Parts: sequence; C-alpha cells; structure tokens
Amino acid sequence: MAHPGDLVGTRFFAKRKGVYPKAVDGPFRRLKWAIMAVTLAIYYVTPWLRWDRGPYAPDQAVLVDLANRRFYMFGIEIWPHEFYYVAGLLIMAGIGLFLVTSAVGRAWCGYACPQTVWTDLFQHVERFIDGDRNAQIRLAGAPWSVGKVARRAAKYGVWLLIAVSTGGAWIFYFADAPTLARDFVGGDAPWVAYSTVGILTATTFVFGGFLREQVCIYMCPWPRIQGAMLDEKSLIVTYKDWRGEPRSHGVKKATLADIAAGDCIDCNACVAVCPTGIDIREGSQIGCITCALCIDACDKVMAQVGRPRGLIDYATFENADLERRGEAPKPILREVFRPRTILYSAAWAAIGCVMLFGLGTRTRLDISAQQDRNPLFVRLSDGAVRNGYTVKIRNMEARPRQVAVTFEGLPGAVIWTETGNREGAGREIRTIVPPDALAKLRIFVAAPSGRDGAPAAFVVRALDAEGGSNRVDVTFEGPTP
Amino acid sequence: MGDKRRIDAPTGTQTVGHEWDGIEELDTPMPRWWLWTLYATIAWAAVYVILYPAWPMIDSATGGTLAWTSRGQLEEQLAARNAELAPIRAEIARTPIDRLPASPRLQQASIEGGRAAFRMHCVQCHGSGAAGSPGYPNLNDDDWLWGGDLGAIEFTITNGARNPDHDQTRMSLMPAFGRDGILQPAQIEDLVAHVRAISGQQPAGAAARRGAALFAANCAACHGADGHGDRSFGAPNLTDPIWLYGGDTETLRATITNARAGVMPRWGNRLDPVTIRMLAAYVHSLGGGEAAPAAGAPTAAGR
Repeated sequence: MAHPGDLVGTRFFAKRKGVYPKAVDGPFRRLKWAIMAVTLAIYYVTPWLRWDRGPYAPDQAVLVDLANRRFYMFGIEIWPHEFYYVAGLLIMAGIGLFLVTSAVGRAWCGYACPQTVWTDLFQHVERFIDGDRNAQIRLAGAPWSVGKVARRAAKYGVWLLIAVSTGGAWIFYFADAPTLARDFVGGDAPWVAYSTVGILTATTFVFGGFLREQVCIYMCPWPRIQGAMLDEKSLIVTYKDWRGEPRSHGVKKATLADIAAGDCIDCNACVAVCPTGIDIREGSQIGCITCALCIDACDKVMAQVGRPRGLIDYATFENADLERRGEAPKPILREVFRPRTILYSAAWAAIGCVMLFGLGTRTRLDISAQQDRNPLFVRLSDGAVRNGYTVKIRNMEARPRQVAVTFEGLPGAVIWTETGNREGAGREIRTIVPPDALAKLRIFVAAPSGRDGAPAAFVVRALDAEGGSNRVDVTFEGPTP
Repeated sequence: MGDKRRIDAPTGTQTVGHEWDGIEELDTPMPRWWLWTLYATIAWAAVYVILYPAWPMIDSATGGTLAWTSRGQLEEQLAARNAELAPIRAEIARTPIDRLPASPRLQQASIEGGRAAFRMHCVQCHGSGAAGSPGYPNLNDDDWLWGGDLGAIEFTITNGARNPDHDQTRMSLMPAFGRDGILQPAQIEDLVAHVRAISGQQPAGAAARRGAALFAANCAACHGADGHGDRSFGAPNLTDPIWLYGGDTETLRATITNARAGVMPRWGNRLDPVTIRMLAAYVHSLGGGEAAPAAGAPTAAGR
C-alpha cells in the first residue's frame, strides 16, 4: 500500500521490477507443460514433414514458397489469386480467438501464446541454472563473483541456443527444409536466411529473457481488446474475496482470539508463482494472463491448512456475484454455452464450410483475356477486321498440360499468335502449359466483318485424359457502322 | 501545482498534480528500456548521417562516406541488366533475321526487346500502339508499302525512307501532277473518281471511265494497271480500304495535285544492328507480319 511518504519527484522512466516466479506443481501447471510440448513440437517439426506431390512440385508438407508465389499445405496448394483462402483462415483464427476468449477468458494468453510459451521455457531454464525464486532474488542482489558470472553465462548460453533454434526453425517454412539446413550450415544459404535467423534470435532472446510480461502489458494490443471480449459469463481467474477476507496469519490463533478470519492466510504463494508479478487478490487486471498457476499454488496451501480448494479459481463474474450473496453458482457449462459463444461457433463453422466447399469445387485450369486497347481494332486490306488479345492460361496442376484455345461466337473468325501469321491461322491454337504455371499468349482474331462490340469468348480445353475446360467472355470490336 | 501531488491509493501511482473538477491524471512513468530505444534511434541517425547523403548544403548535400547515390545505384542496376542481356543479344546478332522464327526463344526475346525500343524511338510518329496516323503508316495491319516480311522490315528500319544522303534508302517520288501542270484540274477530278471506284467507295460513272484512261497513262507505271500498287516503289495499293493519307475525294485530290513523300530516318546510323533486328521482330509480330518469300524470289531487301 502506498503512503504519502512515497512521493518522489517527477519520474519519467521507471526500471522494471524484477519478477522471479516460483516453481509450482498442479493440474494447471501440468496442462501448461503439455500445451508447451505440443505447440513447440508443432513449430519445430512441421517444416520437416514430407508430402508427395509428384515430380513438378515440392514435397514439403507445409511450404510458403515466396519466390514462386505458392503456398502449400498438405493436399492444398494456394496461388496468389486464391489468397482469400488464407484471409479466410485468418478470419477463422480471429473468430476462434473471440470464441475462446468469450468462453474461457484469456486462455490464449495464458497457455498458447508464443510469448507465454517461450517465456515459460526461458523461466524454466532460469530456475534450472539459478535455482528457484529465493535463490534468484539472492543472486540478483549479490555482487559480481566468478560464480555469478558463470551462472549468467550458462543461462544466457542456453537462452541463446533456444533463440537460435527458434529463429532457425522459422526459415524452414519458406524453403525446402533439408536443402536449406545443409546450405545454412555450409554458409551457402541466401543472406536473407541468415538475417531472418539473426533477427528472430535477437527478438526471442530479448522477449523471452528480458521483456517477458512487459510485452503483454506495454506492447500487445490483445489485453486491451479483452475488455470488449470478456463479459460476465466469461471464465477468468478470480480471488474469492468473500471467502478469503479478512486475511489472517494464523487461522487457529484467530479462531482462539475470536477474531473474524477468512481463508486467505496471506502466505503470498499466489504472488510468488505469478509469471507477470501481479497480486491476483487485487482483482481482474491487465497483467493477468490467466495462466492459473496461482490456482495451483493456492490449492496446495489450502490443502495444507485443511481448507477446501478453490480460494483462487476460474469463475465468471456472474457466479462470483451469486457466491458473494451466498447463492449457488450456475453450472460452468451453462455459462459457456450461451447465444454469444454459439453464434461465434456458427460463424466459425460457416466460414470453414464455405472454404471447404470452395476448395473442393475450384477449377485447376483457368483462362483470362485482356483486349488490346491501342489500337482497339485493325482494318485489314481485304476489309476484314482484326482484334488482339493477351490471353493467359493458368495450369494449376503440378504437371504439364496440353491445351487447345478456341474463339467462339463469331462465325468465320480465325486466330493466330504473335509468332504466326494470318496465312497460317486456324480455328484453334494448341500449346503446352508448363506445370503449375501461367502461359501467356498474344492472340490475333480476324473476322470477315466486325460488328461493334460483338460478344464472343475464348475457350480453353485440356487435351489430356482428365480433360476439363474453362471460358472467358470478351467482345470483338469493329468500326461503328 | 506540485503541492496537489499525491499517491493514488488504488493504483499506488502518484498523480501529476493537476486537478480538473475532481479528475486527476496519473503520472505513470515510462519503462526505462523505452528510453534506451530512443537513444538507439539517435545513435542510428548519427551513423546514417555519416554514411549516407544527409545535410543539405548550398548546391548539393553532404555525400556520406559510402558515396552512395540513387543515380549511381540506377547505373549499377542498368549495367547488371545489360550484362545479363549480353549473351542473348550476341546470339541475336549472330542469327540472320529470317532464321529468328526457327528459335522461339530468340524470337520472343527479340519481340520483347523491340517492344521496349519501339517505345523509345518509334512512337513519336507511329503512335504508342503502332497504329500510325495520316501520313504515318499503321504497322498493325497487313498492308505494307515496302514489304512486310522480317527481312524487308529490317531493311526499311536500317535504311529509312527518302533519306537524300543515303543511296540504300527506300526511295521513290510521286510527281506533283497538279502543281507541276502535268494534269489539268478536270483530269484530276476524273482520276479521283476512278480511284474511288476501284477502291469500291463509289460506283464507276462517266468521270471514272475517263479517269481509267488517265490512270493507265500516268499512274499504272508505279501503282500497277489494276491499282494494286508495287512494293518496289513503295507505291500503295489503291484498291484496299487502307489509306495512308485518306481515301475521301478532298484528300485524294490534294494527293494527286501535290504528291506525297513521307520520310523516315535511317536508323542504321543511330541504333545498333541488334536493336534494329529486335524492332523488326516486334513490328513483324504486331499481327500483319508476312512469311519470308520463298527462296529465289526477288526480295524487297535485295533491290
């Protein structure tokens, strides 16, 4: 508690107060271990998974091929013009975050956010080398000695190792992982690979080792958005003050002296284990990432002093009010399943279904045409009229395809390309579109007499066994009669 | 002001000391590391000022120790691009133009190079879409004054048209039939009627029939007996719907009276042979390009 005597002159800047979270064990801590293992495994292993796509496409299961502008994810290949699928995924991730937050509060912050996962990992390394909370505080205050230097060097060394492998794993999502790993070690990788690893190593090292909870409190916008996302039916970590207050340092002593005493024995265990250094007993606050480690710590103490668990527990505002008034809280599931969460789930599922439908029915052979604007049409010496088009054929299969392009809707029209001439013109142009590529053709169309703005269409047909066709509507321009 | 400063109990933070109708402001200090990032940006700026152009002086700016300029960077990039293109340009230089179509790779490279060179050197007269304008031929169509195969186009670009200082140039001169008194105005009217008749613009009447005799005597030597033109003289085909200056009565009368003699610079002494070859490939690719004449046949380029 602050006193008027704490008044200092104007302080523009404040040094960070050290946070030395104590090790704790319990169901939520074990859940965090499990989630850390799963998320780190996904991050490090994914680029090394293989997926056979035939001889013309990479065999990496998840690959963001920026150089060739392709995004591979197992059986799905996304072209740049299909980026809306990625946008859809991001929207689903956003709505999923809304859903999780409105149901179980800042579960993302507390368990799955990379900042939380890596900070947790770094703090574990710290405890392993420096010892638990008290030893860390002692060491921080101790003068520099050989032992302190050795411990610091060891800690920073392990942190750096984690940071390098974190930055190192990132680049494997953008190139063939085994090749890049070989090149990287041999010094033959592109400079952007080294600089990316360097930057991500630095950010991991600084964010996980030093900035930690300050990222959540000062940098991250998400805690601010929580205010709009949480409502009275969202689960948040709650100190049940109606049960805990007034605090006493000895329940037995207080009972003997006939002093009113709550369950909180003011042991500070909840504060000691908090990775962001807050006191949950002051209520819901921006620094609380709802990692629930204080629940584990408090439950242990309650068991030792023979009180029921859950003095600090997940609870909704609504249930907290009910309990404070001495009424029975509502079942958790009734709080979770409510119109808001059901609506979020429905929106999330609807976008997913639309995307799956789109992916299932999308065409893999595409044609587009752009008409020459300068000149719009050309009068030929025999009175015929010629139009020029730039036709693009997209073969989105990972194999070369022979296709035929025809011009339909204009009787007597013949077509030829930039490298041909009218003498060799015909009704159809055949070409082979390379695998997973775009073929660009300049196509000239001559027709006996042009009508101004006559409707017509280019049609592309695949000539292989699988077949398939696509068309694009164009107009054929001519002199105004 | 300072005397109103106090510690705000719920937050434990001191206030700035201002108070408006009971509303106070917390004096939350910034985190210290934030200050360090400010110092880091200042250090960065100092390094930048030393390395790169920075301070404006009277007629230029301080150069910086790296001596970097955007113009120098452009020159480097241009040099690098030219070095990249050097091998294919050498190949195009070795390949006679009528052999270009045999190599789609060289042909495509030539067309793209020509497209760029055309924008630089040709659009002033022929237009950005090569559609020309009265007096300047439309290069998109299939009507060629001097020949439309690759070799003929390359020859025309190299030597130009009607360059008096150059003996290889495409050269022909139409007499000014009216101005020089070769034909009387009434005869010119008859000729106009005839030309409009053979080009299908108006039915052949008495004037046109009189004009036919005049045409045979005065015009057929170059434009041919039936008016189909002759590429040896760059004499246009008068029977098709394409007109260099215009096919209406007014324009035809002016053309016959005063004659026409469009000129084109000879590019052989301005551009290198590879660029000219690329330009020819591009112009040929605009849709009206003709196949090379069969071996042994006289070519326009040979004359």
